[in-house]
Amino acid sequence: MKLVTAVVKPFKLDDVKQALHELGVAGMTVSEVQGHGRQRGHTEVYRGAEYVVDFVPKVRIEVVVDDAEVPRVVDAIVDAARTGQIGDGKVWTTAVEDLVRIRTGERGPDAL
Amino acid sequence: MHVDGGDTAWVLGSAALVLFMTPGLALFYGGMVRSKNVLAMMVQNLATIAVVSIVWAIAAYSLAFGPDAGGGLIGTLHFAGFAHPETPVPGLHLTVPPLAFAAFQMMFAVITAALLTGAGADRMRFGGFLVFAAVWTLVVYAPIAHWVFSPAGWLAHRGVLDFAGGNVVEIDSGASALALVLVLGRRRGWPRDVMAPHSLPLTVIGAGILWFGWFGFNAGSALAANGLAAQALIGTQLAACAGLLGWVLVEKLRTGHATTLGAASGAVAGLVAITPACGFVDSLAAIVVGFAGGVIGVLAVGMKYRLRYDDSLDVVGVHGAGGLIGTLLVGVFATQHVNGGIGARGLFSGGGVGLLGEQALAVVVTIAWAFAATWVVAQLVQRTIGLRVTQEVEIEGLDTAVHAESAYDFGNVRAGRIG
Repeated sequence: MKLVTAVVKPFKLDDVKQALHELGVAGMTVSEVQGHGRQRGHTEVYRGAEYVVDFVPKVRIEVVVDDAEVPRVVDAIVDAARTGQIGDGKVWTTAVEDLVRIRTGERGPDAL
Repeated sequence: MHVDGGDTAWVLGSAALVLFMTPGLALFYGGMVRSKNVLAMMVQNLATIAVVSIVWAIAAYSLAFGPDAGGGLIGTLHFAGFAHPETPVPGLHLTVPPLAFAAFQMMFAVITAALLTGAGADRMRFGGFLVFAAVWTLVVYAPIAHWVFSPAGWLAHRGVLDFAGGNVVEIDSGASALALVLVLGRRRGWPRDVMAPHSLPLTVIGAGILWFGWFGFNAGSALAANGLAAQALIGTQLAACAGLLGWVLVEKLRTGHATTLGAASGAVAGLVAITPACGFVDSLAAIVVGFAGGVIGVLAVGMKYRLRYDDSLDVVGVHGAGGLIGTLLVGVFATQHVNGGIGARGLFSGGGVGLLGEQALAVVVTIAWAFAATWVVAQLVQRTIGLRVTQEVEIEGLDTAVHAESAYDFGNVRAGRIG
């Protein structure tokens, strides 16, 4: 099993969610986060005082999938989240040692 | 004494309108501070209503409007505790009960003290500020109100014109704010750290309430339901509009953006500027006065960065500068066509520079007394019970550290209940 984590532009969340549903991914966890990569923040002005806001709002999507599903899931996220503009985000994959469905006690891929 | 029902109804209603400005100020300022200090700002404003109203009843009203103790400098304690409620203020020939006038003026004292919360935002002790506000009302506000608003006052005697408080409220609060922040010192991290407003929607609601209440403040200062009140109300509206446009125009030219905070601030700056003038100048002059207030305001708020004083929410830049320009422009635009009761005319009404000179004297005197006396009062409070929170409290935020509350609970994981 692998944990696929994607940080994308907030307005792309619906497209990514739709793409994952079409692949049959059963669940995901979403959080609002702030950050930046090569993209920098923006400037705000309050009564003439200018502030540079370094971190921009992003959405982080986490899904745990079976090893065989990883390439298709990653491709689906990349396709759905891409605008071609700076600040589109990243997707990365990490190994997951174990997984338990709390309600039933099922373990491993059965719990996906 | 003849009491007129219509006049009395308008003055009593205006008292309520002016009271409402202070909760409006709580929103205006509350939106401008960081989210960790919004409740502290609001409760300081609410509690200022409580403290100053009671101080007003006990002594401040009498010091301001009681029979003169000599030289037009201060009133006696004849009206202390609202004693002799049937006795009119000497020299004021009104058609409203004296207590209606006392109540109306009470709300002026309240909001003037409340304005100072904006200067000391993010770092003032709650109790220390309330003690300061009580003493300040007696030592700074009441004498200036006596000099300018009481017919026995020495500045009023010289012919100084201040319809609704350009001196007594606006310049007074601006100069006092400067002294207060010099005693308090800068906020930790200012001006390097980001201290941007946390909720401009709150600020906009607050500005709206201030604008609404200002009709009571200015048109109520006619102290009668008559044509002068109508002229003051029209002038107030036009000046607010011109101030808003003046502010956003200048910031658009300077930074490339017309901002929400600029529009709200500009309306307030226009209202500030027209306050001394609304009962003395015609409608077109009111537009000029309001526009000048907005333009001066947007330029004056930048001053603190150059001179390095941390007037957190720009009480000096908006109220001090706006009150100053409005008070001086009375000496330019005042006309007996608007107010037949005035003895002098402004420069553009063929009155020469005499009135302008008296207005300038009032500005200088008000700044000098408000600054010096406030500095002393603030030092006394700072050195006895303390006026500034500790560094730990300032970093944590006043809401949780001082008041044990948070303004915003978004349903995140929180601790359980103790006991």
